[in-house]
Amino acid sequence: MTEQEIFEKVKGIVVEQLDVDAADVKMESDIKNDLEADSLDVFEIMNELEDDLDIKLEADENVKTIKDVVDYVKKEIDAK
Amino acid sequence: MKKIKIVETASYVPQKIVTNDELSQIMETSDEWISTRTGIKQRHISLGENTSDLCLHVAQELLEKSGWAPESLDLLLVATMSPDSYTPATAALVQGKLQAKNALAFDISAACSGFIYGLKVAEKFLQQGSTKRVMLIGGEVLSKVIDWSDRTSAVLFGDGAAGALLESKTSGDSDFLGASLHTFGEFGDKLEAGKTEAISTFPNLKEHYIRAFSMSGRDVYTFATHRVPESIEEAVSKAALTLDDIDYFVLHQANSRIVTQIAKKLAQPLTKFPLNIAEYGNTSAASVPLLLDELVTQGKIKRGVKIALSGFGGGLTVGTQVIKY
Repeated sequence: MTEQEIFEKVKGIVVEQLDVDAADVKMESDIKNDLEADSLDVFEIMNELEDDLDIKLEADENVKTIKDVVDYVKKEIDAK
Repeated sequence: MKKIKIVETASYVPQKIVTNDELSQIMETSDEWISTRTGIKQRHISLGENTSDLCLHVAQELLEKSGWAPESLDLLLVATMSPDSYTPATAALVQGKLQAKNALAFDISAACSGFIYGLKVAEKFLQQGSTKRVMLIGGEVLSKVIDWSDRTSAVLFGDGAAGALLESKTSGDSDFLGASLHTFGEFGDKLEAGKTEAISTFPNLKEHYIRAFSMSGRDVYTFATHRVPESIEEAVSKAALTLDDIDYFVLHQANSRIVTQIAKKLAQPLTKFPLNIAEYGNTSAASVPLLLDELVTQGKIKRGVKIALSGFGGGLTVGTQVIKY
């Protein structure tokens, strides 16, 4: 998967889970501050990515922005 | 085949209510933080009453409502993760105080799935030979096993008890239609309470050491949002029904957000997933019967209504029982 494809995947899940406008989900968006996600939303976004992409994602401490999520997912896919 | 009927339900919660605002005075939290993440607004906390005391109130109300004599009970089960002691069983304490002298009594330890596991045990007893009348109570005093310095878990729980009388019948419409119970012991360490340690030297005169509640939040959240929909689908399918046939999904009240996710995964309307977590918090084994009793009392669950009761939690365990009430 390319970075762009992963971004689109993450965006789809974030839009669905957080009920936000797709246009507001950008690479630099801060998940908690800009998109108003709380810790359980982050669980759910990670869970959906795990289920859809068949990867394992650990707890969310180092994930702040959408780009962090995309990079993390890409790293896990590449490591498969 | 004998049919199984829930004859009566009853519940009891301790008087003292602790609101989120009161909790925020003793720990770093807020009503907004707790209610948006969990749906909890308050919980009942027991002062002085132990688990068997709460259960005894429920037991007495069940007998009063049904007119059953205590000696007519064949089996008395208490589902709990916060028993009065290792031994005697909390069920035995209730049996003694109730003078239900013909009832075999023991506890069921399956945490928040305890009531559902209890229904399965009751069903097996009722289907065989001599057992005709069963009392099943889920009761917890979680306030005594919580680590009150851990704000991530202390805000979640409450105390309470609720239960049901079950009877085997050869006629009538009410019955248990299908169930799905699973245990995932490999994830046991994801949710622990009352963990003990073996002594490491002998002789050893140090105080007994029992650990308070601890939980891996994300693992349990992920477990619940995956395994519970599977369990419900399996139980409904075994009942030869579809999800649309179920009038109410009476789920363990751990977190309203978990219930919302489960409804979404099952593609069923949220209106079929009643909630009372705002008032009681997570009461573990008591939560499913507390909600069941509330819905029966409100007249929402009437005879003939099809319900799926589902619990999930420590073990890790999950269980669903589909019932025609």
